[in-house]
Amino acid sequence: MRPHTPHKTSQVRAEQIILFRASNEIFAISSGSVQEVRSVDSVAGAPVAVGEPALKKVRHAIRRGDKNVYVVNTAIHFGLRPSAPALVFLLRKSRVALLVDSIEKMTTMTRLQALPRAFCNEEQTWYRGLTVLDQNVVPVVDPAGFVTPEELSLLDAATGSGKLTEFGNAVGAESAI
Amino acid sequence: MSWMDQSDTCSCVLLRLGERRFALTAEQVAELAAPSRVFRFAHRTPEIDGVILRRGRVVPVCDVAERLTGKRLTSRRFYLIAARCHGQGMDWIAIPVSGQCELIRADLTPAGDSDSPHVAGWLSYSGEVIEVLNLNALMPASHLSEPPATGNVVPEVQAQ
Repeated sequence: MRPHTPHKTSQVRAEQIILFRASNEIFAISSGSVQEVRSVDSVAGAPVAVGEPALKKVRHAIRRGDKNVYVVNTAIHFGLRPSAPALVFLLRKSRVALLVDSIEKMTTMTRLQALPRAFCNEEQTWYRGLTVLDQNVVPVVDPAGFVTPEELSLLDAATGSGKLTEFGNAVGAESAI
Repeated sequence: MSWMDQSDTCSCVLLRLGERRFALTAEQVAELAAPSRVFRFAHRTPEIDGVILRRGRVVPVCDVAERLTGKRLTSRRFYLIAARCHGQGMDWIAIPVSGQCELIRADLTPAGDSDSPHVAGWLSYSGEVIEVLNLNALMPASHLSEPPATGNVVPEVQAQ
């Protein structure tokens, strides 16, 4: 029995992706799902602190219109050692923004392999799949996998119940973001 | 009726994990591959070490030695690439082994009720009684519900 070789199709579609670093690990995200890339400094004055103890990965929210956009520390989300993020990805059609260390490069992928089913825990929701770039395997994150609808409700409830405080009043908040 | 139907003899691959030998039925085994780079990324399945690239496919590496022998392998000489069936699907798994593998034919005794779940059967070879492994019992099982049937969960997809 031999593993099947990958299917070859005549029409290969490419998808543009951003390779970014979080805690020194490289991830990919579809560039189409990122609406804006901003430096942490450019949003440092605007965010408000979120004090939801059950969700350590979300410490800040950005006010956009009448809604909060919750800022997820990507390293903490993936269970990695917290790092010093420098960029914020504001996701398209989402109330989630991502704190990342840096952008490695923008490139294209032509093939996305499903995460093998042996990976059977939270990573199933974290990743759309895996892609191979320059003989390296890179996980492609699922933009919808950073905050579940239940977590979003929790955050909304937390911010609605007065746990959302002005960022400027939170001691050390600026350095934390 | 085939010869196989009349006999309990079947083809198995013997694999070495440290001091002990185990077996897999040959139909589950794809190939024996030389050690290659293990790619690691963030995940929460402790049984999985990382992934290797084999024939353009990403294959998870699952070191079963510690679970079977109580010791981690100190050296990985090969990866035994084996198939694991789940429902209607199938996954490839790379099992690090510490020595050459051997294809044999032997009489297989089915596992009994008192055997561990990872034992699919027993075989006797060269004076040694060897466990035939049940891969499904050794591999991590999903703690989440089956993912929805969208484009990104089929075994292989084109980029959107």
